[in-house]
Amino acid sequence: MSVAPYERVKLARDNSRPTGLDYIKNIFQGFIEFHGDRCYADDHAIVGGIAKLNGQPVTVIAIEKGHTAKERTYRNFGAPNPEGYRKALRLMKQADKFGRPIICFIDTSGAYCGIGAEERGQGQAIAENLMEMSTLCVPVISILIGEGGSGGALALAVADRVWMLQNSVYSVISPEGCASILWKDAAQAETAAASLKLTAEDAKSLGVIERILSEKDMGKKEFYERIRTLLTEELQELSDDVDLISKRYDRFRRIGEGAAKEQV
Amino acid sequence: MAFINFIKPKNKLEEGGRTAAPVQQDAGEPEKKCPNCRKDIPLSRLWANNLVCSCGYHFRMKARQRIQMIVEKDSFQELYADVKAGNPLNFPGYQEKAETVRQISGEEEAVICGTAQIGKEKCCLFVMESYFMMGSMGSAVGEKITRLFEHATKHRLPVIGFTVSGGARMQEGLLSLMQMAKTSAAVKRHSDAGLLYIAVLTDPTTGGVTASFAMEADIILAEPGATVGFAGARVIEQTTRKPLPAGFQTSEFVLDHGFIDRIVIRSEQKKMLAELLEMHRGGNA
Ligand SMILES: [Zn+2]
Repeated sequence: MSVAPYERVKLARDNSRPTGLDYIKNIFQGFIEFHGDRCYADDHAIVGGIAKLNGQPVTVIAIEKGHTAKERTYRNFGAPNPEGYRKALRLMKQADKFGRPIICFIDTSGAYCGIGAEERGQGQAIAENLMEMSTLCVPVISILIGEGGSGGALALAVADRVWMLQNSVYSVISPEGCASILWKDAAQAETAAASLKLTAEDAKSLGVIERILSEKDMGKKEFYERIRTLLTEELQELSDDVDLISKRYDRFRRIGEGAAKEQV
Repeated sequence: MAFINFIKPKNKLEEGGRTAAPVQQDAGEPEKKCPNCRKDIPLSRLWANNLVCSCGYHFRMKARQRIQMIVEKDSFQELYADVKAGNPLNFPGYQEKAETVRQISGEEEAVICGTAQIGKEKCCLFVMESYFMMGSMGSAVGEKITRLFEHATKHRLPVIGFTVSGGARMQEGLLSLMQMAKTSAAVKRHSDAGLLYIAVLTDPTTGGVTASFAMEADIILAEPGATVGFAGARVIEQTTRKPLPAGFQTSEFVLDHGFIDRIVIRSEQKKMLAELLEMHRGGNA
């Protein structure tokens, strides 16, 4: 059974999917939310704090889209501003200091395209996250749960392990955006979606992610339990690794190495 | 710094070489119209002045000409010239487009890397090429810049980088997105080794390049009037349905908002870079 790439995009965007906070509440115990970037504001599109995973303290960060119309407006539809990325980095550095593993849940159409976002350095905020995450001393696992929109998603995904839900997508540009730029026709989004190779299977075969998570019983107790078990096991393995930072470097270093061909 | 709101000319050739036909010139010496002051400038004078109009407008410049302008004579040694993009996703039309652009631009890829001497100092240098798919970053661009930073870290050299980019190269999908993380990690290693990195942002520096190595330098300079931003202005207008403020996403705008160190006009760039390199000789070692 195969689902067309553009259908995957629609599934990934579906309002009824569990959002970041659903994962936090159902996988971890005793979540304590921490707010603000200590610079400008508290971005409601990114939720972060500390919680326990099977008794172990961890830092959790999630891009939250909200479910109801009111929630979605409050969360800016999961499109973070620079202060969201700065809050996330602040919490990651806090985790680094106290030796807590970091788990990120990603679900965004992209970093917010706004006047204020540009004025406050959206590009700089993302750049700093990419740079700083590459040398965090603690294990980082990032899970794409819905949309993985470009740099705005990557800013929370410079991780040791990146996993994707079966019907989540991860892309450098939205298929509609790609179609309108390349073919001046947003209606060609289907073709773009297929060409961009944005499904979980594509990402895995390109070596961009390690694992695809099944959506069986999505939103039910069993679903979250399964993810909790996987996270616990993976963190166990990563915590024993003394070579974490250089392996994380190599993880990204090799991507696209073969695509950049050298002439003989 | 006077606030100049330049008009950006649209050049089809820069965007991927759809119009390769040369523009017909009138009899006499060929001239180019300045989009800022509207005067016709003889091409010879424009070239002698490193493509800067007497009104101060900075035209876009080809990467090799820029290298000539910045480095000591015969000091540039190109690295990784053979690295170029394939078509890893078999993206429709990409191979053909890249080949056309290669023929027109005379370059294999959207960045040129190497070592050079500026003033008395040796450095690693990368210069992005707007005439190659508007400096878009794919696997080859990411790979070349990453290799350059690794080379600089190994040999304890500073890096100077001129950026120009429309963003990630979408024809390489996720692979191009990942180059943002890959280059950033290489910049971080170079930085952690106590070495200097200076970025010079030129028109336009946007998207995934802004959100990675353009904004990660110790010292960030920019040319006057360059577009510098993350999201495209049109996308922001559509998203917010608000008029954009005057001078939005220009060098002057990002300077005003605290994201770059200085604006440096072209004729002063070499002297400024030489001076900065000299003041950081040997990094922090
Ligand atoms: Zn002029």
